[in-house]
Amino acid sequence: MSLYRLTISEARDLLLKREITVQDIVSSIFTRIDALEKKVSAFLTLTKDEAFRGAEDAQKRIDRGENKSLLGIPFAVKDNMCTRNIRTTCASKILHNFVPPYESTATTRLSAEGSVLIGKTNMDEFAMGSSTENSGVQITKNPWDLERIPGGSSGGSAAAVAADECIAALGSDTGGSIRQPASFCGVVGLKPTYGRVSRYGLVAFASSLDQIGTITKNVRDSAIIMNAIAGHDPCDSTSAPLPVPDFTAVLGRDIRGMRIGIPKEYFIEGMDREVEQAVKEAIRHLESAGAVPVEISLPHTEYAIATYYIIATSEASSNLARYDGVKYGLRNEGKDLMDMYVSTRARGFGAEVKRRIMLGTYALSSGYYDAYYKKSQQVRTLIKKDFEDAFRTVDVLITPTAPTPAFRIGEKTSDPLQMYLSDIFTISVNLAGVPALSVPCGFTSGNLPVGLQIIGKHFDEEALFRIAYAYEQGTEWRMRKPAL
Amino acid sequence: MANEETGLMKYEAVIGLEVHAQMRTDTKIFCGCSTLFGSEPNSQTCPVCIGMPGVLPVLNKKALGFAIRTGLATDCTISPYSRFARKNYFYPDLPKGYQISQYELPICEHGQIEILVDGQAGKIGITRIHMEEDAGKNIHEGTGDFSFVDLNRAGVPLMEIVSEPDLRSPQEAVAYMKKLRTILIYLGVCDGNMEQGSLRCDANISVRPVGRQEFGVKVEIKNLNSFRFVEKALEYEIKRQRKVIEEGGKIIQETRLWDSGSGVTESMRGKEEAHDYRYFPEPDLVPMTVDPAWINEIQSSLPELPDAKRERFVSEYGLPEADADLLTSEKPLSEWFEDAVKTGGGPKTVANWIMGDLMKLLNAENKTIEECPLQPHQLVDMLKLVENGTISGKIAKTVFEEIFRTGKNAGAIIQEQGLVQISDAGEIEKIVDEIIANHAKEAERFKAGEEKLMGFFVGQVMKLTKGKANPQVVNELLKKNLLS
Repeated sequence: MSLYRLTISEARDLLLKREITVQDIVSSIFTRIDALEKKVSAFLTLTKDEAFRGAEDAQKRIDRGENKSLLGIPFAVKDNMCTRNIRTTCASKILHNFVPPYESTATTRLSAEGSVLIGKTNMDEFAMGSSTENSGVQITKNPWDLERIPGGSSGGSAAAVAADECIAALGSDTGGSIRQPASFCGVVGLKPTYGRVSRYGLVAFASSLDQIGTITKNVRDSAIIMNAIAGHDPCDSTSAPLPVPDFTAVLGRDIRGMRIGIPKEYFIEGMDREVEQAVKEAIRHLESAGAVPVEISLPHTEYAIATYYIIATSEASSNLARYDGVKYGLRNEGKDLMDMYVSTRARGFGAEVKRRIMLGTYALSSGYYDAYYKKSQQVRTLIKKDFEDAFRTVDVLITPTAPTPAFRIGEKTSDPLQMYLSDIFTISVNLAGVPALSVPCGFTSGNLPVGLQIIGKHFDEEALFRIAYAYEQGTEWRMRKPAL
Repeated sequence: MANEETGLMKYEAVIGLEVHAQMRTDTKIFCGCSTLFGSEPNSQTCPVCIGMPGVLPVLNKKALGFAIRTGLATDCTISPYSRFARKNYFYPDLPKGYQISQYELPICEHGQIEILVDGQAGKIGITRIHMEEDAGKNIHEGTGDFSFVDLNRAGVPLMEIVSEPDLRSPQEAVAYMKKLRTILIYLGVCDGNMEQGSLRCDANISVRPVGRQEFGVKVEIKNLNSFRFVEKALEYEIKRQRKVIEEGGKIIQETRLWDSGSGVTESMRGKEEAHDYRYFPEPDLVPMTVDPAWINEIQSSLPELPDAKRERFVSEYGLPEADADLLTSEKPLSEWFEDAVKTGGGPKTVANWIMGDLMKLLNAENKTIEECPLQPHQLVDMLKLVENGTISGKIAKTVFEEIFRTGKNAGAIIQEQGLVQISDAGEIEKIVDEIIANHAKEAERFKAGEEKLMGFFVGQVMKLTKGKANPQVVNELLKKNLLS
């Protein structure tokens, strides 16, 4: 049996029945990694020794009769979540040697449930990008077609899950960075409601948009992880002091009568025909399962990208100011302070990060603040209101996750605007702060996965899980695996 | 009002102060590190105040309470909705590359305090009070080719108290700052220690011809960390600006630095080089909505403030205005006074002892009233001994000094040193007669009408009795026996 293929629930089952040990799974994962990593390049750091030590410990706990939800499950974590004593680089040269002295809340909670970290995954530098090509270290390949990008910025996590190089992974999503790569890699990606999962220890890109979420082989695994990581954290003032339901409880509940909104602005001229077809087919499937499609409008959708690229870059310009060569990370000695600042940042940051820092600095400058940042916040309020209005009549919204399937490596790197447009369906969700999930809904003729995006009300991840699970179990897309 | 006369034109200064007060909280404003002054460099730091990637601030509620307390004590409106903002600039002592401060929605606004200059009372407006975090400290001395950074102070909570441009002279500015310091200490929100930098001040100053309504071009002076520096720097700046104008020049808007060594202000940066701080709302902290019940609770816990106390000292104890003003200028001093009065001291007598002998002794030993070794009840005990004739008022001064030095009670000192007053008429008469006999010539002259010789005889008696003879009895007996 290829243990690396297991999902969380399957692995837990076999572990509890004592049919396999944690070491068995971890060995299988590392064998798989050894075989594939040269092709896929999903990981920036592998923590093999720690993983085997963790496996031994987890197995002892299982033998003692402990029954934590993730006990013994090998995880991959995007390299922008701080892991104590394990290098955390954000795929940036400026943090190439940064070893955090503290642990993020999300990974602390994973460990508390007994998970085993196997490595840190590649990403677009500081999570800025949609293809993982902006990594300062390496290019990750899409397991379905090694000539193509895995999406981004959580491309490493999505590729690792798709290639069975881990059982499940954490990613982060600021404008689609979990959902879009999940869609491109044929796995399940959840961006929870802003405030649902603590951001403490997540290296900030855009603080008001960033959210940690899951990348998994199926919907149930996502719900299981969410049970572990969701909930208020006193270290994150923006995390919601709300009770967390058992997200697995809604799995299997039928979706009869659920109203699914189809926003007309999300089916646009120029989108990939096969993607459109797959999504429309999925909607028909949901309808046949008893859901009620309703066409609705999110009228301010066309302003989402512009709004996003002002707010996200403004916050980023400030969040990335701390990388100055003084305290940690890269330092380029200079003849004076200014020289050190300039040369450190010139060398440490890649082109896209610099571009965004400049955009954000400009947008916040005195004299421009009102026209850009302030205006964007006003438009953001309107976009939020679009969703509130929509959710007065529907339970969830259904859209494509991305307008196209995975594109070729290098295809969009010379045109940042084209790259930004690949997030056109995911960005509004972050601006509104609502939760959304991408679930595989088919393949193109070229055997590239297509993702279906399900968007919910604030703190109603349960509706997403309910619909996604019903759809996933009613179709067979999850059975397909990339030929690696 | 210090109008500067120059030829035919009279000028007046327009001054506003920005006072930074360190709040007396045990822990920093956004993390749990200690705020203790003077520890080993960087010993009071954590990932949050060092500005590690991924950390988030959490507001210290005590700091918010202190700011509200200060606002209420200075007649401010407490904003029901307030938020933090980021002030962006690069400096090694600023670990995040931005300072968390307040900008658009400060916690307190529209207050005022009363000052007294040359017996004239006046109200000085307070524009706003906002909270912010302190920066660390760069260390350049004794560090070779490098500079070091100590982040112990980074994140210590500050209040910035901004006055209206209501001050018209350096004297008023000093009076304002002194009054503010007194209030802060009364409130227990700041220790007022200027040497340790707990209270620092920047000044905005312009001059204009008397009678003109518009303000002149203002200059900001930084680094005023003592009352004397405030006064000296403002005096210098008024002269400098007047001279520039008189010589037909123009004041340029700039930031100047007070150099206490040379006693001049020097240009630090002009308007063109002024920082663009790119303020924007801090996305890592949620806006504050302050519960009115909490405001009421703080209001009812406010101590009696200096103005009210001064008025009460006049009405309740019948003290002259000047005495009351001095005694209430420091809270511990006023408490020392009241303790003494409560244990039975006459108010005016106690006030005289404090303002005279006690202040002299404290100053001589460079001690504050809190470090005073002499307790209020010890003064009162001594005063009772004066009242009942055990010691003379003159001897009391010696006894007082002795209590101050040894901490012993008056009774014990009098016993040990044999300082009990001789009031026994028989005993004194013997001495008086002896002296008259020994100074027959002087006695004759006295009889002949040379009354000023009385002093000579009293002196002789005191010399012989080491000052212990009851002066009243000595006087009576001398008069009687000299003339008999």
